[in-house]
Amino acid sequence: MPEREITYAEAIREALREEMRKDPSVFLIGEDIGVYGGAFGVTQGLLEEFGAERVIDTPISETAIVGAAIGAALLGMRPVAEIMFFDFMTLCADQIVNQAAKIRFMFGGKAKVSIVFRSPAGSGTGAAGHHSGSLESWFAQIPGLRVVAPATPYDAKGLLKSAIRDDNPVIFMEHKLLYRVKGPVPEEEYTIPLGVGEVKRKGKDLTIVAYSITVRRSLEAAELLAREGIEAEVVDIRTLRPLDEEIILSSVRKTNRALVVYEPPRFGSFGAEIAALIAEKAFDYLDAPVMRLGGLEMPPPYNPNLERRIAPQVEDIVKASWELLQS
Amino acid sequence: MLLQEDKLKMYFTMLLIRRFEERAEELYMAGKIWGTFHLYIGEEAVATGACFALRPEDYITSTHRGHGHCIAKGADVKKMMAELMGKATGYCYGLGGSMHIADLEGGNLGATGIVGSAIPIAVGAALACKLQKNNRVVLCFFGDGAANTGAFHEAVNMAAVFKLPVVFLCENNLYAMSFPVQKAFAIPDIAERAKGYGIPGITVDGMDVLAVYEATKEAVELARSGFGPTLVEARTYRFRGHSKSDKGVYRTKEEVHMWMERCPIKRFRAHLLAEGVPEATLKDLEKKAEDLIEEAVRFAAESPEPDLEKARGMVYA
Repeated sequence: MPEREITYAEAIREALREEMRKDPSVFLIGEDIGVYGGAFGVTQGLLEEFGAERVIDTPISETAIVGAAIGAALLGMRPVAEIMFFDFMTLCADQIVNQAAKIRFMFGGKAKVSIVFRSPAGSGTGAAGHHSGSLESWFAQIPGLRVVAPATPYDAKGLLKSAIRDDNPVIFMEHKLLYRVKGPVPEEEYTIPLGVGEVKRKGKDLTIVAYSITVRRSLEAAELLAREGIEAEVVDIRTLRPLDEEIILSSVRKTNRALVVYEPPRFGSFGAEIAALIAEKAFDYLDAPVMRLGGLEMPPPYNPNLERRIAPQVEDIVKASWELLQS
Repeated sequence: MLLQEDKLKMYFTMLLIRRFEERAEELYMAGKIWGTFHLYIGEEAVATGACFALRPEDYITSTHRGHGHCIAKGADVKKMMAELMGKATGYCYGLGGSMHIADLEGGNLGATGIVGSAIPIAVGAALACKLQKNNRVVLCFFGDGAANTGAFHEAVNMAAVFKLPVVFLCENNLYAMSFPVQKAFAIPDIAERAKGYGIPGITVDGMDVLAVYEATKEAVELARSGFGPTLVEARTYRFRGHSKSDKGVYRTKEEVHMWMERCPIKRFRAHLLAEGVPEATLKDLEKKAEDLIEEAVRFAAESPEPDLEKARGMVYA
């Protein structure tokens, strides 16, 4: 029997549904997640199954959504809060960074803040500078948070289930361009542990380290490179924090060349952390300096031709790979 | 109706708060406590009256000026003093300090150093109470300054539309650090804002423990019976500066003196005497409060320092 294929959005919805069925302390809270089904349709049908007590539509109040999730978590609930666009994380940054992330530590290790903050990120939909952000690097820098960025439907489902069961606040970044992408997802129950990356394609000539949308593009680039006889290994870190350092390092030790591909602006983003890690811990294995391929230094522009240019595309990854191989 | 026994408990709580704060201040001056803190001296009637309107299983959220809330909710002053001294035996293992004490077992969901940020958290706790159908109420303390944050607006509105079991208790001590309420609000009473959220609002004399108790009790009963939140504004005054860095240049000596004349403890003492409580009983309580705080100071001073590796283990669950 051929393996079942569903979309990334459907995979996320399945994870939510399964965890809500299993654990009565799981509930959803956010804007337009009920009858509307979420701005990207991810929560469609959940209101009908679980009712308004567990699929809670709120006024436009990001600070109160996150605060409410934190307060409920302190009483043992496991809220999943949807922040409609990743850019809106700035509206509730105090609650996430100063409260959710720090409370357990500041209360002497006593509280459990078990929350998932789901949010659609990334450019490519023509939504311009206020609805296209990729701010995951900010949150990956905060001790107390976990940051997850799945690239496939299979990973999205398995990682979200683990995130909901985790006793810590988890930022769950969903790339908008992946929502409609289909992939194999088994009917049976499974989870993927946070902090474990995956080699998505094996190769020997260079390592491409990526997460979220750039994994997909790197795989396409690797396919094109393979036609030219170049075998690129694509490492999907899947979780930014905690980071699976070993999967990156062991690949680089094998291929001796590393290209880090990420959507946020090149300067100061999480890709720099990966580059630093490789330089620190695999320097002796490198045949060339670590190369970073990040986004351009500008807010996401509206014009589709310009918008496409700001984030690394397949052809950019191919080009960078050749440069790296020749250096 | 409050029994005399209850009133004596209230009086004792107020004494304990006052003595805790006075000793903390002395220890700070002597270099035994570092950092900074925000003393509750002068505001004892608010925390005491409000917390006495709760059941033990109810919750509170607190503020940067939170020692009084903590004690009134029934916290152990030994663990509090240890926290102020940054010791391992403190409520937060010495990692939170004065501004961030939480006593989760005792129903204190924690103080916060970000003005206004606990208001949405209180709303979330109330949401959990509703979902868990546990018949509990959340009492949310915040100051006049917090009432002007966006968090206040979002949280109060959300609690109002969801009819959550939470009481918003605004401790209006007339100054947000140095900024006076006359300049920060275009309305005379903060409680008037309740109207904009469709909830009841009431302003009470925060120097009168019984008035605070009565107003909060009514609000708590409304919340518990499913009618949603109330905004209670308690007018009060801090006798000390905002924090330890305050040079007191924004208030006149006369004003401070005038409010100190209205000391909530003196006032309640006079009330109890007038009700026929023997002076000796009150003196006993005063001595007892003093002794308890001395014991707390000793406990804290003798307690061990926290360990860095253990602290590192507390970042993630």
